[in-house]
Amino acid sequence: MSIEVKNITKRFGKFTALNNVNLKIPDGELVALLGPSGSGKTTLLRIIAGLEEFEPNQNADILFQNKSVVGNRIAERKVGFVFQHYALFRHLKVFDNIAFGLRVRRGKDRFSRTEIRNRVLELIHLIQLDGLENRYPDQLSGGQRQRVALARALAIEPKFLLLDEPFGALDARVRQNLRRWLRRLHDEIKLTSVFVTHDQEEALELADRVIVMNKGRIEQDGTPTEVFHHPKNAFVMDFLGSVNLFHGRVVSGQVVFDQPLEGKQTQFFVRPHEIELLPNDPDGAGFPATIRRVQLAGSIAKIELTDRNNKEIFVEMSHEKYLLYQFGVADTVFVVPQKTVVFEEDYSI
Amino acid sequence: MKKHSVLPGFGLTFGITLAYLSLIVLLPLSLIVLNTASMSFADFLKAIGSKQVIASYKLTFGASLLAATINGIFGFIVAWTLIRYKFPGKRIIDAIVDMPFAMPTAVSGIALTAICAKNGWVGSLLVPFGIKIAYTQLGVLVALIFIGLPFVVRTLQPTLEDLDKEVEEAAASLGATKFQTFWYVIVPSVLPALMTGFTLAFARALGEYGSVVFISGNLPMKTEITPLLIVMKLEQYDYAGATAIAMVMLIASFVLMFFINLSQWYARRFSN
Repeated sequence: MSIEVKNITKRFGKFTALNNVNLKIPDGELVALLGPSGSGKTTLLRIIAGLEEFEPNQNADILFQNKSVVGNRIAERKVGFVFQHYALFRHLKVFDNIAFGLRVRRGKDRFSRTEIRNRVLELIHLIQLDGLENRYPDQLSGGQRQRVALARALAIEPKFLLLDEPFGALDARVRQNLRRWLRRLHDEIKLTSVFVTHDQEEALELADRVIVMNKGRIEQDGTPTEVFHHPKNAFVMDFLGSVNLFHGRVVSGQVVFDQPLEGKQTQFFVRPHEIELLPNDPDGAGFPATIRRVQLAGSIAKIELTDRNNKEIFVEMSHEKYLLYQFGVADTVFVVPQKTVVFEEDYSI
Repeated sequence: MKKHSVLPGFGLTFGITLAYLSLIVLLPLSLIVLNTASMSFADFLKAIGSKQVIASYKLTFGASLLAATINGIFGFIVAWTLIRYKFPGKRIIDAIVDMPFAMPTAVSGIALTAICAKNGWVGSLLVPFGIKIAYTQLGVLVALIFIGLPFVVRTLQPTLEDLDKEVEEAAASLGATKFQTFWYVIVPSVLPALMTGFTLAFARALGEYGSVVFISGNLPMKTEITPLLIVMKLEQYDYAGATAIAMVMLIASFVLMFFINLSQWYARRFSN
């Protein structure tokens, strides 16, 4: 089911959490709302679910499958919501937690006991917690609780799934596993899902589409490849991975980084893996810097340098390349950016 | 098995704990048993089984149970209001809850009697409807409600504060109505604390003397509470008779506490 958000603004006192946000989420996608804390991503998710009101405005609307749901109660929206801290019912066993949404139904939608039992056991199997249905939430690990919260949300057969920082409270290893599991689950059940995260790696790895938010606005909306390789502005470039900022100027079509700079300066953004380090610089395309630290544990070599103004530079390269020149700490080398990005508006990191 | 601890001295503190509890709690209790043992069994039965005494048991246990139940309901509402809402004068209302704790019981007894008497502020309003509070069993109930309220409110407050708003939102998003959310989610979560508060209020009511004796008027067979009968026996130098009744109170309290604790343990079964 598709979701459309039109002209939504939300203020908390004087703080503007969402500033005229427009958004369209097509059916069946797994979408990440990515942004730093305070960017409004959780507020947007809660407004879609109906847990939060937005500022009244005649153009503001929220549509599920092209039908407005403004004014509908949370229960009527049939949205599966997974809370950051799971919000499981502590006094209910795993089975009863998952069955909750089915048992509270009244009238003609009521389920019979066997229907509830079959559906809950099916979900417990789906989240791979077979045999743990009689445990209380306090007796489960963080990852298990997260999966129970997910199954509980799925039990009501929601139109789509909203997840608020679903892996935020888990340790790194569990997070990795659960992330992959969630992706596989999504490919299996094809339920439109939106999750909030401040972890760019998580967003890029898991989502079909990434919506980058900042200060209550949407900065960019695109596939992971698009937002990573073609960031629309300096904020997106900076937020989606580490980046170096160089000041330079353009002289007859060529970028000059050498100091001191004269005339009109331009800001150049360069990703750490798009920098070459050379022992000498015959073309004058780079500038000198001193190696301060080399970190070789990991799949790539990470090198930290400082330039003549003591500004830090981060470089990443393959181990093979690193071994080619045998650079060591305190060596002076030349930094040659291979691919620079320039944004029209000025933005400082 | 010795574990490292920043503050040493388990042996010493444990010794003091045992000695202190024995001196303050166990010794007086054992005296009750010893004193009662000086009676013959027939005398014992006579002392604890007279019509006057049995009427007082009924009143004391009945009114205490009822008062604790009423406090459980209204104490919950008071605690909920104080935790969930912001309003001017909240701190003052929060402080007022403690008044029954802080006031000497005799003072609260006299104050309650004064406003509930036929010509008092509250009493004069109720007389036209044929309701009399002062010098009736209703008066006993009013006094016991008064002294029990803070126990319920103060034990519920921390639990209600811990109650995650997300849990209520989760219930709503799963399709629960407001009543279902309250009944199936909030009440079971706070039930252990509610029962602790209920137990404390009930225990306090069983032993309450000062605030009750004024408002009850102490009419034999009607508004005499058991602690009053103990005092009366003591005034007649019938120590054995007094301790015999005290024994009954003691055993009844133990049995009740046992069952309440048992159900409390059941209500708390979900937490590790």
